[in-house]
Amino acid sequence: MIRHGAAWLFLAPAMVILGVFFLLPVIAALFLSLTDYDLYALADIHNLRFIALNNYIELLHRPLFWSALGHTLYFVAVGVPLSMLVSLGAALLLNSPLARCKPFFRTALFAPVVTTVVAVAVVWRYLFNTKYGLINVALSWVGIHPVDWLGDPHWAMPAIILFAVWKNFGYNMIIFLAGLQAIPVELYEAARIDGASFWQQFRHITLPMLGPTLLMVGILTVSGYFQLFAEPYVMTEGGPLESTTSVLYMMYDEGFKWWNMGSASAIAFLLFIIMFVVTVLMLRLGRRGEEA
Amino acid sequence: MMSLWALAMACVMASLLMGCTHRVDPNTLTFWTFGREGEAITQLLPQFERENPNIHVVLQQLPLSAAHQKLLTAFAGDSIPDMTQLGNTWMPEFVTLNALEPLQTRVAQSAVVKPSDYFTSIWNTNVYDGRLYGVPWYVDTRLLFYRNDLLKQAGFDTPPHDWAQWRRMLAATSHPDRGVYGILLPTNEYEQLMSLALQQPDPLLRDGGRYGNFESQGFKRALAFYVDTFRLHEAPDITNVEAGNPWSEFGSGVYDFYFSGPWNIGEFRKRLPASEQDDWNTAPLPGPDGPGASVAGGSSLVVFRNSTHKDAAWKLIEYLSRPAVQEQLYALLGDMPPRRSSWEGGNLHDDPKASAFREQLEDVKPTPPVPEWERIANEMQLVAAEAAAGELTVDQAAVEMDRRTDRILEKRRWILDHNQVAIGGRR
Repeated sequence: MIRHGAAWLFLAPAMVILGVFFLLPVIAALFLSLTDYDLYALADIHNLRFIALNNYIELLHRPLFWSALGHTLYFVAVGVPLSMLVSLGAALLLNSPLARCKPFFRTALFAPVVTTVVAVAVVWRYLFNTKYGLINVALSWVGIHPVDWLGDPHWAMPAIILFAVWKNFGYNMIIFLAGLQAIPVELYEAARIDGASFWQQFRHITLPMLGPTLLMVGILTVSGYFQLFAEPYVMTEGGPLESTTSVLYMMYDEGFKWWNMGSASAIAFLLFIIMFVVTVLMLRLGRRGEEA
Repeated sequence: MMSLWALAMACVMASLLMGCTHRVDPNTLTFWTFGREGEAITQLLPQFERENPNIHVVLQQLPLSAAHQKLLTAFAGDSIPDMTQLGNTWMPEFVTLNALEPLQTRVAQSAVVKPSDYFTSIWNTNVYDGRLYGVPWYVDTRLLFYRNDLLKQAGFDTPPHDWAQWRRMLAATSHPDRGVYGILLPTNEYEQLMSLALQQPDPLLRDGGRYGNFESQGFKRALAFYVDTFRLHEAPDITNVEAGNPWSEFGSGVYDFYFSGPWNIGEFRKRLPASEQDDWNTAPLPGPDGPGASVAGGSSLVVFRNSTHKDAAWKLIEYLSRPAVQEQLYALLGDMPPRRSSWEGGNLHDDPKASAFREQLEDVKPTPPVPEWERIANEMQLVAAEAAAGELTVDQAAVEMDRRTDRILEKRRWILDHNQVAIGGRR
């Protein structure tokens, strides 16, 4: 009994903070999403109406919601595999016995993660500039015409993806590196003695041993990428032609531009449901992969 | 977990600090400004502080894109400044929130702010239910920039006075096969269609702002004129993103007309070479039958109801309302003054490119005084862009605009019908 009491005592600060700063706001937001809290309700709380699921129904009838969801899925479907490939590639290079100056490269490749998104977005806006940007200069060397990266609705999302991948891959790279270092060297030695090529070693030792790490990184990256907001906010403001408006960006507009907190909260919960379903599916797939 | 702890500590610290420093220095006036005005005003304030050594102005400069939500968030969080500049399309929201201090008694006693000296429509955008909530600081409206050399080549000596004439000029100067168009109307900007619609006798909303009035004859006439401009290939069906650099294209004769606001006088002066400066001018907006109205835009200076420095704030408003100071603001930014006497002297009086604005400002109309207006205007333009692309007829577009507007105004109708409290309602 006393031991339980002590445990709760030690847990209390964390539980209180989680309760006050996480659980309580979530419950409040869930309640908000069932009301039409807006500017009029802010002026006088008597103007607040309980409208049950109307916010959700209305959202599902709005074309903008579906297009925002489409842009978000595009970002996740292209961004997550790309980001994981780059992270894994960088981790493999760093883990290679041939690599020199490992601590330096490890720090250098991790650096983008700890920079502030707004500051580097300014730099990337220069890089993406149609006339003077280094990216278009590099493309012109191989004879590709300048691309209006941030002004063309077709290129704005790829530009955002490039920026986001560069900004985030370092974090996953460190996790992969830890996973790679945990693989016993004996396995590779045995494989080499059996005459396995590099590719065979990667396919039959590295990948299976990294399985759980891959799944975890995949889930973390997917849930992070679903919450796309800061990148389009600072790079394109959701444009051009709303081509980079993500679900979270729409929530921000709805909540803070039009001050419809009720419908903004409903967007947040819809996004939560979508992310929850995707995560469960990924876990299922992961488990089936383990059994196989 | 570390970050959660840090957050918790920060919150504790913040609440402790708030407790100690809740009362600020009684002579400190906090003033929020946006965008370009925020930069220019730093040059106007030293003089004010010399005249009023006991008032210290703390200026906060917000980017224009973030200003609206910062103000609303500050109001919700009870951390509003003493005074701010406020776009007159945002004013209905803050009047609805009961956040602004009525100023009519101060104006009545003022030796500087004289209502009769202000452009009437601009002044009236600050009056709700007979109460004055702001003093106009600078004005904004939309009219025509045109290439007088190209119009002359096409056989027209003066800019258009009515839509029929305008249509003939657009037809004569458009050569879509060569990529030359009469006018640029970016399909993602609502100000152009809205200005044409404000020229009509029918209001944009009906029944005291309860329903959209887009199916009225007047609005449909404006929409038809707007849509025809695209159907006849007198304007390209592009957004301002695709338009890229409209200034140099106007200079090279891609467009003969450009439908925009006062800040573009400065842009054209800066961006076009000196040899081309005599080739363009400005003209009041042509109406359906003879000279037409345009939109009454701009920013006012307002004092918040919760301010504890209302006297100091009013002193600053009076200072910024002096004709001499308003002329200075025009010289710095090209922001046009709302007072007739500020137009009498200096640069403005002799500027041939500004005179059309002076004329237009006597004939401007305000946008509907409901907090939802900006959202309605956005929806209106989305539908109008579909009509311009030929996906909807004018009648279908009008029905769709009313449908979307009525949905946005649903809450407002409910409040007007259930509470007897007056909301908005400009007079």
